[in-house]
Amino acid sequence: MLAELRQFFAERSVLEVETPLLSHSIGTDPQLEFFTTEYCLSPQRQTLFLQTSPEFAMKRLLAAGSGCIYQIGKAFRNGESGRFHNPEFTMLEWYRVGFTLPQLMDEITELFAGLFKEQSLQETQRVSYQNIFVSYTGLDPLIFSYQDYCVFARKSQIPEAVDICGHDHAVWLDFIFSHKVQPHLGENALCMVYGYPACQSSLARINEDNAQIADRVELFINGVELGNGYYELTDAKEQSRRFDQELAIRKQQKLPVIVKDQRLIAALESGLPECSGMAIGLDRLLALLSNSASLDEVLSFPIRRA
Amino acid sequence: MATYSTNEFKAGLKVMLDNDPCAIIENEFVKPGKGQAFSRVKIRNLKTGRVIERTFKSGESIEGADVVDAEMQYLYNDGQFWHFMVPDTFEQYQTDQKVVGDAGKWLKDQDSCTVTLWNDSPLAISPPNFVDLTITETDPGVRGDTSGGGGKPATLETGAVVRVPLFVQIGEVIKVDTRTGEYVSRVKE
Repeated sequence: MLAELRQFFAERSVLEVETPLLSHSIGTDPQLEFFTTEYCLSPQRQTLFLQTSPEFAMKRLLAAGSGCIYQIGKAFRNGESGRFHNPEFTMLEWYRVGFTLPQLMDEITELFAGLFKEQSLQETQRVSYQNIFVSYTGLDPLIFSYQDYCVFARKSQIPEAVDICGHDHAVWLDFIFSHKVQPHLGENALCMVYGYPACQSSLARINEDNAQIADRVELFINGVELGNGYYELTDAKEQSRRFDQELAIRKQQKLPVIVKDQRLIAALESGLPECSGMAIGLDRLLALLSNSASLDEVLSFPIRRA
Repeated sequence: MATYSTNEFKAGLKVMLDNDPCAIIENEFVKPGKGQAFSRVKIRNLKTGRVIERTFKSGESIEGADVVDAEMQYLYNDGQFWHFMVPDTFEQYQTDQKVVGDAGKWLKDQDSCTVTLWNDSPLAISPPNFVDLTITETDPGVRGDTSGGGGKPATLETGAVVRVPLFVQIGEVIKVDTRTGEYVSRVKE
């Protein structure tokens, strides 16, 4: 699989890069827990972070003029362990300068056609988040109606959602999407869901024509989330504002205090080229390619035996 | 009683849910790459036996349930209560038909069984997987019949009725699988 991936990118003149796993700063996403470690260079001590993805470092390379790049490396997310989660995992991440999201989706289709040629997947599906959400729930994901969401939860055997999600639209979407939509996605096919609600934009750009949605895409096969991509946000001010927003949420939720990555913001200020990027969890991909029921079957040593 | 975080949920853990003691069957970690983490749990209500699915926010804690399984000897049924005893300590427990449920029809005096205790009172009774019981009533069999095909109902000493092959007679002891209620074999005394 790794050889095939490298060949795919070599044929397209995408440069393989390597960036540090240890970094002085980390993403502010309140949903991602990180590992920290102490860097001792006597008499100084400094806290360093293990990356949750190589995104920031790769964007700094892009801003420095690297052109199209890809990386296969480890990423770390604390507290994530389960059938399809391991706190240390392998990620493929790539950036295509000048690509819009639909162009990137074309490339993903080609990549998967090659990878899954022996599994004979059905034709790739492209669906908007709004359409797929409506078709499985009858709810509009872009407009938050607390009443309607509660009614849906009660009649769909997930009444606990009312207490868990409260009045937080994003948590409601996470809950309903992961329980009632995602399990149906990509039955023996690659399913690309695009046009995420703006409140789940993460590091994606807000759509030019519709401020309610973000230019973000997610990949699913047999209900398993495989990857996440954006038409990348290049606006340093907007990026900084989103960092501040997430830092405020971290503070409110009493999560570990961190500082925003000024080096990334500086890179965006100096100019990130228009680009689209995608990250794919390779352990999950391998599990799907080998018809494995869990990551444990494809990891040499899962965390509890590491 | 201790509380357990979703990270400690695993099959067999006994917890309190909606004021009832429950056993966790399966715990699935659900987390969108960029989103809230949940634990989707399959859980059995130990009072009703019903299996439900319930989602928790990852990291949430719930109270544990003081539920233990004890091997006991079934003593007798006084018409209203069923009596059990812990063989080592001679400690006795009594419970009613509601708790004993279907298990009752497999229990013979002096037989051992598993009594699930919640806060030290019986919550459920599980008979052994296989029990040997004497047939008290069944139609006469026909010579030459084999165990293949057909069969007839037979009433056992505990009152349970099972289907047995035609050649099995009154007074014979048979082995029954209590999980399916099916005849397994004759028992040679």
